Amino acid sequence: MRSETERFSTFTRRGALLAGAQGLLSVALAGRMYYLGVVQSDQYKTLADENRFSLRLLAPERGEILDRAGRKLATNRHDYRVFLIPEQSTDMVDTLDRLGQIIVISENTRKRILKQIKRQRGYLPVTVASNLSWDDFARINVESPNLPGIQPDVGPTRLYPHGARLAPVTGYVGAVSEEERQRDNPLHSLPGFKIGKSEIEKSVDDYLRGTAGSSRVEVNANGRVVREVARQDGLAGEDVTLTVDLELQRYAAERLGEESAGVVVMDVVTGDVLALVSTPSYNPNDFNLGISPENWQALVRDPRTPLVNKAIAGQYPPGSTIKMLVILAALEDGLVDPDETVFCNGKHRFGDRTFHCWEERGHGRVALLEAISKSCDVYFYELAPKVGIDRIAAMARRFGLGRSFGLPLSSEASGLVPSRDWKMGAVGERWQPGETLVTAIGQGYMLATPLQLAVMTARLANGGRRVKPRLIRSIGGVELPLDTPEPMGIDSDQLALVTRGMEMVLEEDGTAFLSRLRGEGFSMAGKTGTAQVRRITKAERDAGVIKNEDKPWQERDHALFVAYGPQPASRYALSVVVEHGGGGAKYAAPIARDIMRRVLEIDPAGTREIAAADTREEAG
Amino acid sequence: MGSRLMFGPRKADRSVLQKLKELNWAMVLTLAVIAGIGIAMQYSVAFGSFDPYALRQLIRFTAMLLLLLVIALVDIRVWMTLAYPTYLAGLVLLVAVELFGFSGKGGQRWLDLGVMTLQPSELMKIGVIMALARYFHGLTAHQARQIKSLILPVLMLAIPAVLIIRQPDLGTALMLLLGGIAVIFLAGARLWLFVTGAVVGVAAIPVIWNLLRPYQKERVLTFLNPERDPLGAGYQILQSKIALGSGGLFGKGFMEGTQSHLNFVPEMKTDFIFTVLAEEFGVVGGVGLLCLYLVLLGYAALIAVSSRSQFGRLLALGLAFALFLYVFINMAMVMGLVPVVGVPLPLVSYGGSAMLTMMVAYGLILSVALNRRLSIPRKHPFG
Repeated sequence: MRSETERFSTFTRRGALLAGAQGLLSVALAGRMYYLGVVQSDQYKTLADENRFSLRLLAPERGEILDRAGRKLATNRHDYRVFLIPEQSTDMVDTLDRLGQIIVISENTRKRILKQIKRQRGYLPVTVASNLSWDDFARINVESPNLPGIQPDVGPTRLYPHGARLAPVTGYVGAVSEEERQRDNPLHSLPGFKIGKSEIEKSVDDYLRGTAGSSRVEVNANGRVVREVARQDGLAGEDVTLTVDLELQRYAAERLGEESAGVVVMDVVTGDVLALVSTPSYNPNDFNLGISPENWQALVRDPRTPLVNKAIAGQYPPGSTIKMLVILAALEDGLVDPDETVFCNGKHRFGDRTFHCWEERGHGRVALLEAISKSCDVYFYELAPKVGIDRIAAMARRFGLGRSFGLPLSSEASGLVPSRDWKMGAVGERWQPGETLVTAIGQGYMLATPLQLAVMTARLANGGRRVKPRLIRSIGGVELPLDTPEPMGIDSDQLALVTRGMEMVLEEDGTAFLSRLRGEGFSMAGKTGTAQVRRITKAERDAGVIKNEDKPWQERDHALFVAYGPQPASRYALSVVVEHGGGGAKYAAPIARDIMRRVLEIDPAGTREIAAADTREEAG
Repeated sequence: MGSRLMFGPRKADRSVLQKLKELNWAMVLTLAVIAGIGIAMQYSVAFGSFDPYALRQLIRFTAMLLLLLVIALVDIRVWMTLAYPTYLAGLVLLVAVELFGFSGKGGQRWLDLGVMTLQPSELMKIGVIMALARYFHGLTAHQARQIKSLILPVLMLAIPAVLIIRQPDLGTALMLLLGGIAVIFLAGARLWLFVTGAVVGVAAIPVIWNLLRPYQKERVLTFLNPERDPLGAGYQILQSKIALGSGGLFGKGFMEGTQSHLNFVPEMKTDFIFTVLAEEFGVVGGVGLLCLYLVLLGYAALIAVSSRSQFGRLLALGLAFALFLYVFINMAMVMGLVPVVGVPLPLVSYGGSAMLTMMVAYGLILSVALNRRLSIPRKHPFG
């Protein structure tokens, strides 16, 4: 029994020790709890909130591009699309396989998705498919519990309601490319975010884009949004109103049809570009949605270069449309007597070379006005050496050739006005006197874009004022200032002489008589131009000049026509260049006439209203 | 001091009704309150729904409460007789797990019995304490101090511990060892043995480190520096600490916990249930639950010192200590004081295994209480 007592006393002693140890440990637990929950509580509360809340960027709605009357050229529509959030998906390949049973996911798309997943952080969504039909979208929504990581989404996307007809003006938007991605711009990482890639979309992207909003959301550990706590809506991008007239633009594009051509229509007073057409063009909607490699290849390979904006980037020898400037240069320095005639027998010898008139039989006696209206080349061969290349070049520059105007478009070309200095610098050779003759009929080195030709015509039509083209009327409702064009110092009598010649182009015996406009208030003056693509060799000329229609398309001449109207108070100028169209009179003039008729019908500048108001005032 | 607690007839063959009358109902109530807190937490975790966790937990607890009563009513001598068989059964099952067990969560711990899955290591926690209590019951104070008397107990501990480590389940093995060592300590083995053991244990840490599985090493490293891998292994501890800390003194309110309801705390309805409680009821709620466990321990201690048999004493205090280890390791784990070892909070965590251990253990403690006046003659350890 002594042993039993001893066992008991040992047990109680040791039990007390053990209890003490447990008590200490319990106090430690309580102390730790106090430390975490009271001493450090604030810190952990903050951490809990950081866990709980997450800031999501809201893509701003892109501003619209409107025509001068507020009609939509580029707008936004709902896009049904599907994202994949990598960290929510256990097996991405399996998820894509399952999704592939609902919608078509090409091998390329799959590669792109898997590549993108590797590159960015797991909680950022990757676009799997966009532009889905409602049926497909609904099916994905129904199936979404079986598609971990797949997130259906509805968001705005760009819509170009007029497609290719407005593409030369609007340009297009597309996904942010690797080169364009800016690390510090969170918008660039937003799935489905598009930026302007060309033309207006690109040049005023900053205005159109707007400011991103943010949404503070409560999320669970998987990043799934439980509810929205606070929201700061982004500022939608600003609408941009252009000077372009939708109806006119559409008409011009349709009138050109399948031709490879560029057309620019301008207001000669304000410089407003009313139409800027390049055909054939591309459908900007395809670029927004992601163009297929096949379609892309087709666009790149097309000999009619749909991706080139011919109105501003197409550079052509101006042909006979340059002749007004040669005459103005001669008149200004008194180098020509308007009444003095030149005899044209179809050819002109200069040095040891023979220069041919387009009219093989010759024009007979030709004075200044007929030289313009009949576009007699020999008259200009005679005149050219007297004027000299430098005067011609200076006049061409005054009328806007040889430089770009800085329109908010991506690919405006500067054209080329050759001169002695230029040739020395660029070709490394001295200027040959014969080259002045070639330049005087708009062949040779000289190059101009349809935009430049339209500006040139506008300056001829507005009394010699330095009007500049403009494409944007207002941004976000704020009108852009309109500067009054200053006179260029052209003598009005001399200018009147030249414009009279241009009127005669559409009168009897003029080169474009067949394309004259008829009707009350419908009148037009203009100038034809034909730009040789290939030099006609002597052998060919001896064998008889082959008609344009019989040549392969690529070797045919470019057909040009510049025009303005209505007389006498001309308000509109236009230029038409049909690549490889043939003679300007036959191929470009009818197009110019039809477009001019449409301009006058629409009357975007409202000249008839002004005229009517003036009449009322006078009457009153 | 115990005499005032003792009442009722001294006869050993009391009726069931009498035994029920004598039962320490306060302790049963404490158990029920703790289980009730657990059910409330399961209700919160399920976003205010009894289905599925809270209801299942309630059914489970009710069934186990009956089991507890049955165990309590069985004569302590029966349990003493069953001590070695229970231990041996546990050993057989551990070997069976080694041979036929299926894996879950990176360890081979479960045995599929067709009807239910069984975790033999849980049974072993009780079996080893029963067997050691039975063993030391047969030794005199003098014998208990002799080193040669410790050979068998050490083997009895080492064999299951090794088997459990092989599963691998370091936490359970550690708890088993500590529980067993506590019984040996209470039985009166020499103190210097424990001091030496502790020193050797510390010295053996590098050796043990090399024996650890990669995921175990990972857990220890992460424990030492949770920020090392804040999205991987350290995530649990970090999120758990955030939940605890953000609860503040009084908590965010029932079902208002954001960390738990937004799934930031992994395994919250099982091993990390304490974080839900602490987030929603704050330090006050957490310390309150700890106190309830301490009340249970206090009752067990009272029962132990009032027991007239060495078997009863060792069993009651040994089991109580084993349960304390459960509570301590779990709470220390979620508070970032010890590495994450996967120990549930008894009665509160969702799941049957730990609850079963707890209820069986307290059934046995209650049985000790009902038979505390019974002097059982010292028998030879294997007599």
